[in-house]
Amino acid sequence: MTLVPPELASLVLERALRRGGDFAELYAEERTGFGLSVDDRTVERPQSGRELGASVRVVQGDATYFGYVDGLSEDDLLRVADSVAQALRGETGAPESVAAPEPAEGHPIGRRPEQVDAGAKADLLRACDEAARAAGSDVAQVRVGYSEARRRVEVVGSDGRAGSDDRTRVRLGAQVVARRDGRVETGTDTLGGHAGWELFEDDPQQVAESAARKALTLLDARDAPAGRLPVVVGNGFGGVLLHEAVGHGLEADAIQKRASVYAGKLGEQLAEPGVTAYDDGRREGEWGSDGIDDEGTPTRRTTVIEDGRLTSYLYDLLRARKDGVDSTGNGRRESFRHLPIPRMTNTYFAPGEASKEDLIASIDRGLYAVSFGGGQVEPATGDFVFGVSEGYLIENGKVTAPVRGATLVGNGLEALRAVDGIAGDLEIATGFCGKGGQSVPAGVGQPHVRIRELTVGGTG
Amino acid sequence: MNLEAAAGRAVEAALSAGAADAEAWAEQTVSRHVRVYEDAVESLSDAGGRGLGLRAFEDGRSGYAYGTDLGEEGIAALARAARGAAAVVDPDEVGGLPDEFGTSTVEGLHSPALAEWSTERKVELALEVERAARAREGVTQVETVVYSDAEARVAIANSRDFAATYESTQVWAYASAFAGEGANLMTGLGVGLARDPGGLDPVAIGDEAARRALALVGARAPETRHCPVVLDTFVAASFVGFIGGMLSAEAVQRGRSLFAGKEGEEVADPAFALVDDGADGEGPDSSPFDGEGSATRRTPLIENGRLSTFLFDARTARKAGRQTTGNASRGSYRSPPTVGTTNLILQAGDQSLDELVARVGDGLYVTDVAGLHSGVNPVSGTFSVGASGKLIENGELGRPVREMTIASDLVSMLRAVRAVGSEERWVPFGGSVKAAPLLIAEMSVSGS
Repeated sequence: MTLVPPELASLVLERALRRGGDFAELYAEERTGFGLSVDDRTVERPQSGRELGASVRVVQGDATYFGYVDGLSEDDLLRVADSVAQALRGETGAPESVAAPEPAEGHPIGRRPEQVDAGAKADLLRACDEAARAAGSDVAQVRVGYSEARRRVEVVGSDGRAGSDDRTRVRLGAQVVARRDGRVETGTDTLGGHAGWELFEDDPQQVAESAARKALTLLDARDAPAGRLPVVVGNGFGGVLLHEAVGHGLEADAIQKRASVYAGKLGEQLAEPGVTAYDDGRREGEWGSDGIDDEGTPTRRTTVIEDGRLTSYLYDLLRARKDGVDSTGNGRRESFRHLPIPRMTNTYFAPGEASKEDLIASIDRGLYAVSFGGGQVEPATGDFVFGVSEGYLIENGKVTAPVRGATLVGNGLEALRAVDGIAGDLEIATGFCGKGGQSVPAGVGQPHVRIRELTVGGTG
Repeated sequence: MNLEAAAGRAVEAALSAGAADAEAWAEQTVSRHVRVYEDAVESLSDAGGRGLGLRAFEDGRSGYAYGTDLGEEGIAALARAARGAAAVVDPDEVGGLPDEFGTSTVEGLHSPALAEWSTERKVELALEVERAARAREGVTQVETVVYSDAEARVAIANSRDFAATYESTQVWAYASAFAGEGANLMTGLGVGLARDPGGLDPVAIGDEAARRALALVGARAPETRHCPVVLDTFVAASFVGFIGGMLSAEAVQRGRSLFAGKEGEEVADPAFALVDDGADGEGPDSSPFDGEGSATRRTPLIENGRLSTFLFDARTARKAGRQTTGNASRGSYRSPPTVGTTNLILQAGDQSLDELVARVGDGLYVTDVAGLHSGVNPVSGTFSVGASGKLIENGELGRPVREMTIASDLVSMLRAVRAVGSEERWVPFGGSVKAAPLLIAEMSVSGS
């Protein structure tokens, strides 16, 4: 069942091109979702939502004209098409060809979350709460959130592009506070995917246990060291470093606005041979995966770094058109209320041949940064700062005391050049990536990675 | 159906679906967004949004449902969904609607002048911001210039016969400029906020972006040290926003605030005075009533160095045996209310930035922090964040510095405040904050 009948879509595109434009596009979406949380031992904040809406964009040269409306009625859609056309000053254009949207090759959903009884979701949260509290008597507070979201999207372009995608995502996120002798620490962890309820059928409480373990560990942490140190970055969420310090700089909008240190570096050797990285929106069931991107381009795996050489940027349609290349399927948007821009999907280092133990054993004094609380990067320079939420000292080739308050300060190009060891234990974690006021689910990941030297800012 | 009617209808639908109490929040917004690049329009957006969120209460339980379909069928579906959602939660003996409702008078919340501005004039304003940013020698690129406005209409209705509406306008513009090149490319941000485009100064916004970028050209890491620090208005606002979040009674009651149990106690130097004011006519986040229909008001939070109160909604107030402070906050109709700040106002002092710098003698002037949200432990308040700015040498601003972290903890930092500057302004950092420069006696600066 389509959200917008093909005849109406065709009419909308015709009206949108009434005063010219290189192409017009209708993006329609149905968003449904449910969320529930447990906090302070109480299951609360049940939220259920359903939104319908569409946007129209007309592109003329380098300019984009855009409008959206909450609602999918014929009146709504024609009004938004007219309002967008109003801003143009050209002669009447007509769609080249308008096709009916073909369903994309989606990702398998084992058990549809909306068909699972809400009581089971409440039970899952209670089980998580108990598991976290059982992890240690110093656990003082537990908050766990469950969310499910389904997005049915349709993209129809005046250039014959047409596709639809049915996306379901589920996610559990746990935050645990531990307290002892006036010291307070927090630990977090998440589990999610482009998947259904099956994701939680096997030991879902591990998320809460892991968050509790992090908080408890930090109670024993000492102040982080400061200075230039070798660093082993953990697998999974450790990949946020790659995402922030390298990935954003490869997005073609930043490249074309000369707002990235990676501009003009295609083909250059930026890392040691053996270092390979992908953006992969096709990876089955992964958090950042989709069937098509939000412009109707099928998602795919793009090799961005191959054996240390920079091989591709990440494109949406507009930036691809400007560079005379194909879109890499990275035109994403938060919802019908937003314009598509180049965004990462799941970005990760390919696994190498070392083991985590090898990487650590080679370091006399360094930092093992298991997980980050988040971070920030200046894409123009690649300068980054990351707060290490779980970190340990490495002394004489062994992981020793936990540390708190460590930050990693550096530069993406330098850090990439300094990657000198990659383990085989690839893992991808669930993140939300913010850019230009839009938040999209993005998978961040990697195996354990060793960086020869980075600036560690500590409190000690 | 108009907004008031839809809200009223939704309350009725929830009651007939079996709810004991209900509340509807409906919104309608029209917004315009202009982005320019290299003297031309890059994108122009025109948007119309509407939606409604419905809370249904029964036996101490509450459920929430939201949607964009404000027709009869859509509203009936929302009522069923809200009631269904309530069934799975644990009862909450302090939950439910507030006991009293009301509205406050907020001057100038809606500017009719916004409607008089054509799209062409808004585009011209954005182009003027860009020209101003490019006008300073040394600016190598103006990456982003955005002009944005929104006219919103909000209606609330509940089963206790309270119904109210308000209209508001907001406009803002910002620019991001680059100076320097390659690995020494520095970014500067300029911002402005107002109720209508006439309240924006495009030249000041563009010029601010240029000045902030140029000020950092040639920056390198400072030596590691402990020294006095002046936080500029942007950075001060970010910290103030963080502190405001921890003064939420919800965070306090759930053991997630370092201010728990500190009401009435001395928590800051007397120079640091903080107010939350949801009824300030100039405040971007002002409104006559909060997210559950309580009148907004002015609430002093830290006075004479003492923590006078936390921020309450009806639920947390009931739990603490207190009154709501009108701080039930909603991101949009898509989320139920939760305790949050409205507009935070850091009380300005009487010394100019130059005087603060002179007073410091030798130290650091911070104009940008990175990673505040990942770098601050929200419970313990310890932080270590990336920073850039300028050295303060012999009472004057010296060479630019970056690649450093500043570290402290919020408790020590508040006690170490020595002065707040006189140049106050509204900025969109840390929420909606009226901030001014902040002089801190000592912080740990980790550089080379």
